Amino acid sequence: MSAVFEQIFQVGFLAAIIRIATPLAFATLGEMFSERAGVLNLGIEGIMLLCAMAGFTAASLSGSLWLGVLVAVLTGALMGALHALFTVALGLSQHVCGIGVTLFSSGLAYFLYRLIFGQQSVPPSIDGFKPVPIPLLSDIPVLGPAVFNQFTLVYLAIVAVPLAAFVLYRTPWGLSVRMVGENPRAADSAGVSVIATRFQAVILGGALMGLAGAFLTMAQFNAFTFGVVSGRGWVAIALVVFGRWDPWRSAGAALLFAFVDALQLRMQASGLGHIPYEAFLMLPFIFTIVAMAFMSRNAVAPSALLKPFRREER
Amino acid sequence: MFRLEARTSTPAWFNLALPLLAIAATLVLCSGLIAIAGAGVVDAYGVMLSASLGDSYAITETLVRAAPMIFTGLAVAIAFRAKFWNIGAEGQLLAGAVASCFVGAIPMPGYLAMLLMALAGAAAGALVALVPATLRVKFKVDDVVSSLLLNSVIYYALMALIEGPWKDSFSGYPISPPIEDSANFPVLMEGTRLHLGVIVALIAAPLCWFLIARTTLGFRIRVTGENPEAARYGGINVQRVLLSTALLSGALAGLAGVGEVGGVHFQVMSDISPGYGYSGIVVAMLARLNPLGVVPAAIFLAAVMTGAEAMSRATGVPAFLSDVIQGTALLAMLVALLFTAYRIRRVGAPA
Repeated sequence: MSAVFEQIFQVGFLAAIIRIATPLAFATLGEMFSERAGVLNLGIEGIMLLCAMAGFTAASLSGSLWLGVLVAVLTGALMGALHALFTVALGLSQHVCGIGVTLFSSGLAYFLYRLIFGQQSVPPSIDGFKPVPIPLLSDIPVLGPAVFNQFTLVYLAIVAVPLAAFVLYRTPWGLSVRMVGENPRAADSAGVSVIATRFQAVILGGALMGLAGAFLTMAQFNAFTFGVVSGRGWVAIALVVFGRWDPWRSAGAALLFAFVDALQLRMQASGLGHIPYEAFLMLPFIFTIVAMAFMSRNAVAPSALLKPFRREER
Repeated sequence: MFRLEARTSTPAWFNLALPLLAIAATLVLCSGLIAIAGAGVVDAYGVMLSASLGDSYAITETLVRAAPMIFTGLAVAIAFRAKFWNIGAEGQLLAGAVASCFVGAIPMPGYLAMLLMALAGAAAGALVALVPATLRVKFKVDDVVSSLLLNSVIYYALMALIEGPWKDSFSGYPISPPIEDSANFPVLMEGTRLHLGVIVALIAAPLCWFLIARTTLGFRIRVTGENPEAARYGGINVQRVLLSTALLSGALAGLAGVGEVGGVHFQVMSDISPGYGYSGIVVAMLARLNPLGVVPAAIFLAAVMTGAEAMSRATGVPAFLSDVIQGTALLAMLVALLFTAYRIRRVGAPA
């Protein structure tokens, strides 16, 4: 085991944590905005997959990675709007609609990918994003190369966390989001449009999920496979609870999960005995479930989460 | 002018009309994808229909595929009745498959083996479902998230088994050793794959209906789901009902895995379930959570899956169309359910 611990503070290990945490941070922030406005989005797993596919396809066909990112973000926003249409405008069950959005988006991703790329033995890949070292900062020992020699999308995630906190806690729109998530009746009396605010929050959340998907296929793996998301969306939902619906804590939760995930990857690589690597893949998920058991008792969800708002009901 | 108004009661024919409306809307919406893929919509749906329900062999194939979705559909329907959000039927199915494969590989008389496989599979599924239910009751952990995360855990555990101790040392394929021949479920029609498990699934549906509609436990499950406050006030131990529901739901999902091992694959491999657990959610919603409705709903999805493969071979439209149809059907059904809460009424034109 000591060999495993020796590797922890290596540059490569830290860099791996940052890379694993990036899509989770985007996804977790996206889910957080949605839930703070009172809308659980279980569509996240499928939305990430569809965005991963859409971004990859756009980048692959156009040759422009940033166009791919844009397409992924727009796709995410569109799917967010779809989820909001069902859950906010029509007031349908957030649980079941979310599963429906995930099944629909995943199915559409599989279908379109097969239609566009056909069946190939080796999945087509793209020349993905390259790390961009930040002058001076990347020269800091250990931390520099791990954190400041990364993809632009990683820097975007690092900036997104304080930005999300600022938007949520320091802007009028953020106040509206928190109001419609805690007490929509009061928000309505104060002249805040509950429906519009929830729509905006779920759409913004979808766009962030799109960034998460784009990172997977355009920076991390540079290819699309049907298992490219493999539960990261579900994990993000758990991380929101773990992070108590706060941007900073959520980002911290994403880093913690990424640490466990990077650790199990190292354990796979170090080839502990003859244990199949799948046994290690279970660990982050078990960790998340156990962590939720510890955190959920004290976790206070937004009061109006899961509750549709209808003005005429008193 | 038209206006929406709240509806106090819904006529019985809605139970049939709403799913049919949802399915019709789904097929219309998805025809767009067929057109994008460059095939004739009527041709494609025609191939799907004839390949899934066109002759007796096709019908048996569809029924074989429907069986696991009847079980997962029942599992979800019963869980959702109690508002226990069991999204973990997929993992429970896999657990049932693994457990029954263990038992089926032990030499013993055939019918004893089948019985023990069913018991082991049901027990494994029930145990897995107990995890999210216990976490919810004891630790207030959201059951949706925990049951979803558990699906990944069980899947990787299965993969570790077939890549590790179970791996075929001769061929190197990641598949479990086969169960004993004597434990293979009997085939009911010569020349088809219609096996005993399909009949068991068809019998399970009315049994579940009886349980929900006519027994004390069923009553408790319904009250707990509809109004937990009233249930508590009426002396029902809500937590215990949730745990019982989880055991029942998990056991049913586990049986789906048993049928796949005993009747179809005779061993466990990574793709033993193409998402039957998630399809169970679609089935249960189309059935409006009524166990009797689960059978036709499962047969519909099975027909879509069987038909989509034939359609793909004939027209080149990707078979993943069936996945899109499932998701669309679920969403369309939810929208159709609005008609149970509201009615559209014509309001007299202003004078």
